[in-house]
Amino acid sequence: MTVQLHAHARAFPIGGPIVEVHDISLNFGGVKALTKISFDVREHEVRAIIGPNGAGKSSMLNVINGVYRPQAGSIVLRGERLAAMTPRRAAHMGIARTFQNIALFKGMTVLDNIMAGSNLRMHANFLEVAFRLPRALREARECREAAEEIIEFLEIEHIRKTPVGRLPYGLQKRVELGRALAATPQVLLLDEPMAGMNIEEKQDMCRFILDVNDHYGTTVILIEHDMGVVMDISDRVVVLDYGKKIGDGTPEEVRSNQDVIDAYLGVAH
Amino acid sequence: MAGFQFFLEVLVTGLLSGVMYALVALGFVLIYKASGVFNFAQGAMVFFAALSFVGFMELGAPFWLALPITVGLMALLGVGIERFVLRPLVNQHEITLLMATIGLTFVIEGLAQLVWGVEVRRLDLGIKDQPLPWLADNTGLFISQIDIFAAVVAGVLVATLALVFSRTKIGRALRAVADDHAAALSIGIPLKRIWALVWAIAGVVALVAGMLWGARSGVQFALVFVALKALPVLIIGGFTSVPGVIVAGLIVGAAEKLAEVYIGPMVGGGIESWFPYVLAILFLLVRPEGLFGEKIIRRV
Amino acid sequence: MFYREAGQFRTSYGQDGQIFPLRQDRWAMLALLAAAVLVVPMVASDYWLRALLIPWLIFSLVALGQNILTGYAGQLSLGSAGFMAVGAFACYNFMLRVDGMPFLVALVLSGLCAAAVGMAFGLPSLRIRGLYLAVATLAAQFFIVWALDKFGWFKNNDPSGVITAQPIVILGMGFNTPQEKYLLVLGIVVVLALLAKNMARGATGRAWMAVRDMDVAAEVMGLPLMRTKLQAFAISSFYCGVGGALFAFAYLGTVEPSAFTIDMSFRILFMIIIGGVGTILGSFLGAGFILLLPIFLSVLFHAVAGKTVDASITSAVELIVFGALIIVFLIVEPHGLARLWQLTKERLRLWPFPH
Repeated sequence: MTVQLHAHARAFPIGGPIVEVHDISLNFGGVKALTKISFDVREHEVRAIIGPNGAGKSSMLNVINGVYRPQAGSIVLRGERLAAMTPRRAAHMGIARTFQNIALFKGMTVLDNIMAGSNLRMHANFLEVAFRLPRALREARECREAAEEIIEFLEIEHIRKTPVGRLPYGLQKRVELGRALAATPQVLLLDEPMAGMNIEEKQDMCRFILDVNDHYGTTVILIEHDMGVVMDISDRVVVLDYGKKIGDGTPEEVRSNQDVIDAYLGVAH
Repeated sequence: MAGFQFFLEVLVTGLLSGVMYALVALGFVLIYKASGVFNFAQGAMVFFAALSFVGFMELGAPFWLALPITVGLMALLGVGIERFVLRPLVNQHEITLLMATIGLTFVIEGLAQLVWGVEVRRLDLGIKDQPLPWLADNTGLFISQIDIFAAVVAGVLVATLALVFSRTKIGRALRAVADDHAAALSIGIPLKRIWALVWAIAGVVALVAGMLWGARSGVQFALVFVALKALPVLIIGGFTSVPGVIVAGLIVGAAEKLAEVYIGPMVGGGIESWFPYVLAILFLLVRPEGLFGEKIIRRV
Repeated sequence: MFYREAGQFRTSYGQDGQIFPLRQDRWAMLALLAAAVLVVPMVASDYWLRALLIPWLIFSLVALGQNILTGYAGQLSLGSAGFMAVGAFACYNFMLRVDGMPFLVALVLSGLCAAAVGMAFGLPSLRIRGLYLAVATLAAQFFIVWALDKFGWFKNNDPSGVITAQPIVILGMGFNTPQEKYLLVLGIVVVLALLAKNMARGATGRAWMAVRDMDVAAEVMGLPLMRTKLQAFAISSFYCGVGGALFAFAYLGTVEPSAFTIDMSFRILFMIIIGGVGTILGSFLGAGFILLLPIFLSVLFHAVAGKTVDASITSAVELIVFGALIIVFLIVEPHGLARLWQLTKERLRLWPFPH
């Protein structure tokens, strides 16, 4: 499973921090999901968040895009400290995400799901849509064209009119990626995008993620369990365990970090 | 102190009618707790139960015979519903199940009409609808004996159910099923039998409610609409809580009566038709899970 | 054999997004519309028009409204009859109190009134969902009917309690005969159905369905939940309101709150369930089914049991069959008649070959 990442010059060289997490703490009742987590994500990089089950990885993602409100700490986006993040704010600021347990719109086709992703850019109101006025028609066509581009990119042309509920798991994940891409995000949060996939599907998904990062310069923050994938495609890695950060650095640095090894081997601490 | 006395009378009457609502709502809660189904047909079941009881008595059966026969009939109805309506729909969306129970309402209403006809019946429990003498003499409150009897019966029923739920093996099984179907199955609880049992109990509760309501206002079709009133009770109390339903029933009953008597005249009356629902909305906005309901956490 | 799409290529996204992409479907629809406009008024009896076709069209419109709210946007509502009542009374009052008010303008205005009321009662949907929301809409239903009945102003303080709807006059032409009323209602319903279809397959519909299927994900994508939900309530109530006005003016002839009961709200809900939740066609099919069923049953009953059957028994059997059919439908085909129609078309594509 080797994908040569550093073998070519990057179209978008890694820049300064675009997302900064400062001392985030999150509790659910008595359960401490996250404790004083701090790290940053640099523009155009691929940042992986790893850790054993229940370490708080999904919660971290949820805090970044406003689904959960942390009890303490703050998120800084492009240098702007945000008092309170809501999912809508996050979307407007260019953050898109996928979910661990696929959150597709099961009643719609693949095409509709992806077109729904570009909702933010549609300005025509319902009357214009109902009467098929020029602006609505133009936006509909642009939306369709953008969606078709993504469909071609993700190689799912053959299922574009299929209701997503009927698709196998791997394809659903791909559609969800497509829907997130439809929003032309600057930061892409991927929650276990390769869970439940076989080797070929994983290779395809890796290729797509790297292409997105390479072609559009999208910053990618992804949660992933497959160590091979993480080591191969990420620029830097954050390691969480029991809601605390226990490692932060390049894949090589993290791989040889004793705390990380202990956490994964289940050494009591 | 005539004003205060009047207020007290209205309040108590309202509370007592609230007890009735709670009884009807109790049936809803039982079924919802055990099978996650919102049984819209509960009101129709109340109506059918009362009608059958009166019908059997009219056919000549004495009280002590008509009662168990009707109980058996309701239990049978419950089992039939579980077997033929709910089981085929077991994995569907909750709205689908709700629709099915609405359809069931029509079936039960039609059945009642077909078997027993459309006339309004009187239900005589042997208790007069007159103020209790010693209460009137001692406190000056005129409260109907039937209402008091209903409150006592309802209280006994609720207490019995509460005891059954918390102390007996069956009760524990019921609570387990209510909590998590799959887990209950995995420890060997016979799910289908439990569901049948719950529906049968709900049928019996419906019978008690029907008899008490019928004694008060005659057994007529309007009884079905009483069930609709039980909905705000469920919302305010929380869909899954037996004590919540009782408290909420009292609140709804009292509030409805007080509003009708004190605010009603200002707007021409008839407030009872919508007041409980508006009350429910207000409650929902402040406390979406109801007074005693479980907080719904949605995980992404 | 005839229903094949071989040879029909779509070469642009516009073509792909048509309502009827297949040539056969387009021709069929045009033929149907032509028949509806030209043939039916001449051939159908007054009874057919007055008692079947006009109410069918009106209820299809109301079912469309219900479908928009419950089928597409996923907000369970039991208050459609109440919104119909708002439309009916608004139309009556506009015609009554504004001199020279054109009927069509009054119709649109009553729709807007219903939309406003719908939005007000839709506010709880921002915090409540599912069954709880259904109960909140019940509040709308009961409150509206009570208010319209209680406050005499709505009925122009008429002591008799039965208000006659004004005759329909558009551009000097009266619409009084069943044929004229039928054509008017047909025109209005076709236009509104077309608008609904455009909304449903466009960005508006996608927003609704996103809210229905997974509103958390929709919010994460930047969809304005509040605006979308209220919009669905408003548009849905508009349709119900126009339907209600037409119900009073082109069907009943009277304007009374007691015509818009909770029973009617339930029937409207059944129309979309049996017809097909979340489809435009389903609204029409469902309305037809629910309206025709009682007639069909009574005809059947009389044929089987003779004329000497008590009315209460026939109505009882009707109730039982009605409820049973609903249950059977939900078990066998929860997606309704529209899905059955779709499956039939799939079979037609192969016919007469087995596969």
